[in-house]
Amino acid sequence: MADASLFLIVLTPLVGALLVLLTGRSPNLRETMSILTGFALLAQVISITPGVLAGEIPHQLLATPVPGLPIALALEPLGLLFALIASSLWIVTTVYAIGYMRGHGESDQTRFFTFFAIAISATMGVALSANLITLFLFYELLTLSTYPLVTHAGTAEARRGGRVYLGILIGTSMAFLLPAIIATWYFTGSVTFEAGGILAGKISPLTTGILFALFAFGIGKAALMPFHRWLPAAMVAPTPVSALLHAVAVVKAGVFSLLKIVIYVFGIDLLAQNGVRDLMLWVVAITILGASVVAMHQDNLKRRLAYSTISQLSYVVLGAVLASAAGVAGAAIHIATHAVGKITLFFCAGAILVAAHKTRVSELDGLGRQMPVTMGAFLIASISIAGLPPLAGMWGKWYLAVGALDSGYAMLVGVLMVSTLLNIAYLIPIPIRAFFGGGAEPKKPLKEAPIPCLLAIITTATLCVILFFFPSALLQFTEALLR
Amino acid sequence: MIGAQLPALQVVIPLLAAPLCLLLYRPFATWLLTVVTSAATLVISTLLLTQVLDSGPIDYTFGGWAAPFGIAYRIDLVNAYVLLIVSAISTVVSVFARLSVAAEIEASNQGIFYTAWLLCLTGLLGIAITGDAFNLFVFLEISSLSSYVLIAMGQDRRALTASYQYLIMGTIGATFILIGVGLLYALTGTLNMADLAERLPAVADTRTARAGFAFLTVGIALKIALFPLHLWLPNAYAYAPSAVSAFLAATATKVAVYALLRFLFSVFGESFSLETMPLAHGLAVLGSVAVLFASLVAIFQHNIKRMLAYSSVAQIGYLTLGISFVSELGLSATILHLFNHALMKGALFLALGCIAWRIGSARLGDFQGLGYRMPWTMGVFLIGGLSLIGIPTTAGFISKWYLVLAALEKGWWPVLVVIVIGSLLAVVYIWRVVEIAYLGKRLEEAPSGEAPLSMLLPACLLALANIYFGIHTELSVGVAHEAAKALFGGL
Repeated sequence: MADASLFLIVLTPLVGALLVLLTGRSPNLRETMSILTGFALLAQVISITPGVLAGEIPHQLLATPVPGLPIALALEPLGLLFALIASSLWIVTTVYAIGYMRGHGESDQTRFFTFFAIAISATMGVALSANLITLFLFYELLTLSTYPLVTHAGTAEARRGGRVYLGILIGTSMAFLLPAIIATWYFTGSVTFEAGGILAGKISPLTTGILFALFAFGIGKAALMPFHRWLPAAMVAPTPVSALLHAVAVVKAGVFSLLKIVIYVFGIDLLAQNGVRDLMLWVVAITILGASVVAMHQDNLKRRLAYSTISQLSYVVLGAVLASAAGVAGAAIHIATHAVGKITLFFCAGAILVAAHKTRVSELDGLGRQMPVTMGAFLIASISIAGLPPLAGMWGKWYLAVGALDSGYAMLVGVLMVSTLLNIAYLIPIPIRAFFGGGAEPKKPLKEAPIPCLLAIITTATLCVILFFFPSALLQFTEALLR
Repeated sequence: MIGAQLPALQVVIPLLAAPLCLLLYRPFATWLLTVVTSAATLVISTLLLTQVLDSGPIDYTFGGWAAPFGIAYRIDLVNAYVLLIVSAISTVVSVFARLSVAAEIEASNQGIFYTAWLLCLTGLLGIAITGDAFNLFVFLEISSLSSYVLIAMGQDRRALTASYQYLIMGTIGATFILIGVGLLYALTGTLNMADLAERLPAVADTRTARAGFAFLTVGIALKIALFPLHLWLPNAYAYAPSAVSAFLAATATKVAVYALLRFLFSVFGESFSLETMPLAHGLAVLGSVAVLFASLVAIFQHNIKRMLAYSSVAQIGYLTLGISFVSELGLSATILHLFNHALMKGALFLALGCIAWRIGSARLGDFQGLGYRMPWTMGVFLIGGLSLIGIPTTAGFISKWYLVLAALEKGWWPVLVVIVIGSLLAVVYIWRVVEIAYLGKRLEEAPSGEAPLSMLLPACLLALANIYFGIHTELSVGVAHEAAKALFGGL
């Protein structure tokens, strides 16, 4: 079935970027353009949601540069879930960014909002890719379009961070991902995502294992150790970038791609029988626990959150590697719940920076009395990330644990539990410090972040709560996915 | 009928325009003549290509003298394709040249400049079109001598030594080619390529044939700038006038690669040249080393023109890798890359030409904040760079893709690794420029503003072509495939 509306989803933010660029002289008009673009995008994604959930898979061929290598778009449930998360949180983040950029007095705001829109276009492209080559194209575009955002400050430190960012992301994708794609094409003559996978019966178990490792490490955006260093390096970016891109769009594009490749290229069955699974589970377990331990030692708030993200991303990879129905469902749900939780935490970190000019955990004593809303939201999101009820983060962890037990890896349930404890250990002390620390100091007046920032924080924190009580909103996607 | 005389006109028109240029002498008039002549050759080569596509190879004998005595031209898909590349690039770049040359060369020398340009064009077209081994040598000398003149006209005094270096190396190469052609003539009694191809197999197992082959290969390798015979190229491209760098980088080495293909596949035949003589492995090794070494050296250049020159040496490595596979697929990758590389290097050097016009420098240090001072020009540079790296939807990706397929078909995994590492190194050297241009200090007093439209538009045109031929590959890939098939089957 051909459906021309898919390309419009990728095109809308690009047009938005152009409008932002053209209206750069008038900040208010420019911001209006950003917001309008966001709503236009979300409306389009929502409009095709019912059809996809009912089992349709809209498809659109854009070009065929080389026979057998089409540039094409298609939307299946997993891509739809990712597109919905990214496009809705993009609106929230844009609102937040307006408050943040103005409150923080950043320069070059037009450039910032332009690339911000291009980045979401690339993210949509990743979500909608119908085959590996299209995925690769948008994956690289996402890296390139976020580079100016990471290095926004233009300082030597920002440039150094940008170099690590670009070096690792482009390096892994060219060195591992592209050869893996070429090998897939070589073995099967196809790069298209198909239900049940395309590799089954075409390659030996050993080759399957090597190929899977190439994909897993080649998608550097999934931040699997030892290719995780780019994420802390990217923290030199302005906070809205860290929030949307390095908690949602970019990193989730990584794990989403990996998940998609497991489901539609390898096929769950092929991977479940393969010996590489045990090996990769070790890598995943080490990343989950290792990154959490490192996070405990970070005093810089954003870096602590970045290491937490690395750890949480591996939950999703875990689901992909388990290659079972519950594992994949858990991974998909975790993409959503971690997104709302982590974006809230980053929003709070940015709010603290704008309102109180603090970046270190050790400086936060007593801040809760000054910024109660922000720190309250921080507490809610922390509990959600740790995966405790009554917050959304629980569901992903629940299904992952079930998936681990299904496949007979009781040890992994232990890893998840230890990780929960570590999460509590490095996240919960922050709000506790803020509310109860530094008691002797005189009472300071209330000083919250700008209103747009607060609105964004409240929205995403509320989502953390809502998704706990209505998990069916997420489950319908995983059901459609596994049907 | 004029249609039948097209092959002759292809060479005669620029050859006659050159002395006319010298007579006109006034800068504007000579420039106009160059553009018109280039455009005329472009029209002719397009007509020739369609004619070849429609009704197969064209044979043309000069003055009606049949082959062994007269000079015969033979145009099949391969050289029709190369003719198109050369004349198209000459047209685009000569439009660009007027203001660039006006800024870089004294008015009194511009008449000579355009004369040399037209002679160089004549030589390059002649190499591509001729079916006669000695005639090829003559045209090679015409193009070489005129390019020494063109390079020597660079602003920097070092252009003189660069040109001298090239003169020495080029002359050695030409002499080798002449010796090779002479040996073949002594052996077979003919200079016509088709006749040579017929008579050589009978005498292939003689020392003379092998010596002739060796002289020819090494001589042409010098003109190609195949590693380690590339030493003349970086200086020549770095110090030549901007327009000349763009013209030569996009055409001269391409035509030399064509000459190599012609001798290896059409004259000697692939089984002799690549299998009996151990050239396939030699080319694979030299090509790989060229890719890795030259890309690595490019990273450490401060002069961006020099950096791109080293990148050209690396790209020549890719071209020879394609030949070394001794397969139809590898050969079509090479022919395709001839075309795509002309597009990307053309775009990059034209962007540098615009920058040189505005800020009078090609040093990396002067590129601070250039992304804001000349956004369109840097945009062209970025697209050209991405194509050079081989990002999908650019022309560069298509070339690399076919090259990789050819390597896989052959089972040469190490070559795959070389190609991947080469691309990664390209990321590094392109990104050095991008980082300085977009993130460097913004100098308030530095000259800013775009180059004039007559320079910017050709650059943008080539940048767009990089994207167009990355998405619509029917023409570039289709013709390259057919051409490879024709070459691989012998004449």
